[in-house]
Amino acid sequence: MKLSYFPGCSLGSTAKEYDYSARSVCQALGMELVELKDWVCCGATSAHSTNHLLSIALPSRNLALAQETGLDLAVPCSACYNRVKKADYNMRHNDEMRQKIEEIVEFKYRGQVNVYSLLEALITKIGVEAIAKNVKKPLKGLKVVCFYGCLLVRPPEVTCFDNSENPVALDNIVKALGAESIPWSYKTDCCGANLGLTSSNVVQGMVNRLLEAAKEAGAMALVTACPLCQSNLEMRRKERGTDLPAFYFTELIGLAMDLPDCRKWFNLHLINPKPLLQSLSLAD
Amino acid sequence: MSFLNGDKRNFFNAVREMSRQPIELCYQCQKCASGCIATEYADYYPNEILRMVQFGQKDRVLNSSSIWICSSCETCGARCPNGINIAEVMDALKEIAIRENKVKEKNIHLFHSVFLNSARAHGRVHEGTMMAIYKFKSGDLMSDMDIGWEMFRKGKLPILPHRIKAKGQLRKIFDKTTAHS
Ligand code: SF4
Ligand code: SF4
Repeated sequence: MKLSYFPGCSLGSTAKEYDYSARSVCQALGMELVELKDWVCCGATSAHSTNHLLSIALPSRNLALAQETGLDLAVPCSACYNRVKKADYNMRHNDEMRQKIEEIVEFKYRGQVNVYSLLEALITKIGVEAIAKNVKKPLKGLKVVCFYGCLLVRPPEVTCFDNSENPVALDNIVKALGAESIPWSYKTDCCGANLGLTSSNVVQGMVNRLLEAAKEAGAMALVTACPLCQSNLEMRRKERGTDLPAFYFTELIGLAMDLPDCRKWFNLHLINPKPLLQSLSLAD
Repeated sequence: MSFLNGDKRNFFNAVREMSRQPIELCYQCQKCASGCIATEYADYYPNEILRMVQFGQKDRVLNSSSIWICSSCETCGARCPNGINIAEVMDALKEIAIRENKVKEKNIHLFHSVFLNSARAHGRVHEGTMMAIYKFKSGDLMSDMDIGWEMFRKGKLPILPHRIKAKGQLRKIFDKTTAHS
């Protein structure tokens, strides 16, 4: 199976381990990712906060590129996914907007590309059972909480994925890998998103609330599918030791499949996850 | 909504049209406020913002921090019994505040401008220079130096930006969307 792949800006820098692990895991599971040629930035929060039209036009450029490939599109970054999915939603449901965007971006929207988050693509195209079958080294003893954040599940009428108040897709994957996913009430809270640079006090407040809740639930680590969540969770905490690292779900799949590159990904974390993994004999 | 005062009416209508949200339906149940993680750091609850828009209180609402501190987490909109996507209302208010030069949280707006300039220049955001320019322009030079250095050391902040090929097309997108709005 083949999907086009729009990694987004963060996956080329602060979230490199997500890009590396996503590509390795998909390859190992038989899902070929073809990077969109010449993709552009989705505009992120900065576009939708300042210019609504730009916030639909930029991701539509990527929709246009995906349309040319004839493949469905997988987007690993939750923020990029949300922007592309929203653009696609507008193109489908708002004729006036579609006409404007077609003129601005210079393409004809055909509505044939399905836009998936990478998580949804893995769940629907590969499936939890197939992932479980590929596990070589079950993640025994690892207790985690799954943190979905905002942009993967909301607004529900746009994302149409999982339950927006109590999603389970990540939990199901974690369980398939042999780890324990602990229930908690903060699955879809906000990490503070892009306020990190401008209002770090806000993000620190939000992140510490999440970390305390994770600890209270008895978690050893958090699992995310978003570069903003992951970097805020590891970066914006009071003290950066080795407690409660935040994994991308693809890293855990790779670890359980015993893929050789894992070590490289873990070295890139701001919170070193190796002591935790070593204590459970999951890494050497 | 009906107004005697024309300015108030115009403001209400502008926000309603730009956000495409049925703001008049808000009946102050406060479901939005009870789930909003940003209220601790903001000056108004989301339902208060909607009330002010309903009453045409332009200056008060445009001068609030809340519209900028809102992280667009969309929790409120997903739960609103009247189907109001409040994050879209917050976005419309930010756009109007920028147009009218009434931005309360100057650094947040500066960040958005620097971010989009980077996207416009290269087609993709170059996080290293984007962060450096923001730090320089905001005057907040010292915070996060340790994190920046650690990222750089781990090879997470490449020195050179990746430049896309279809630069002309990208420029057109930026120019046309700016002209339209
Ligand atoms: S949840 Fe909706 S109706 Fe209730 S106060 Fe908020 S905006 Fe108004
Ligand atoms: S979208 Fe904004 S107002 Fe609504 S809950 Fe999130 S932070 Fe609060």
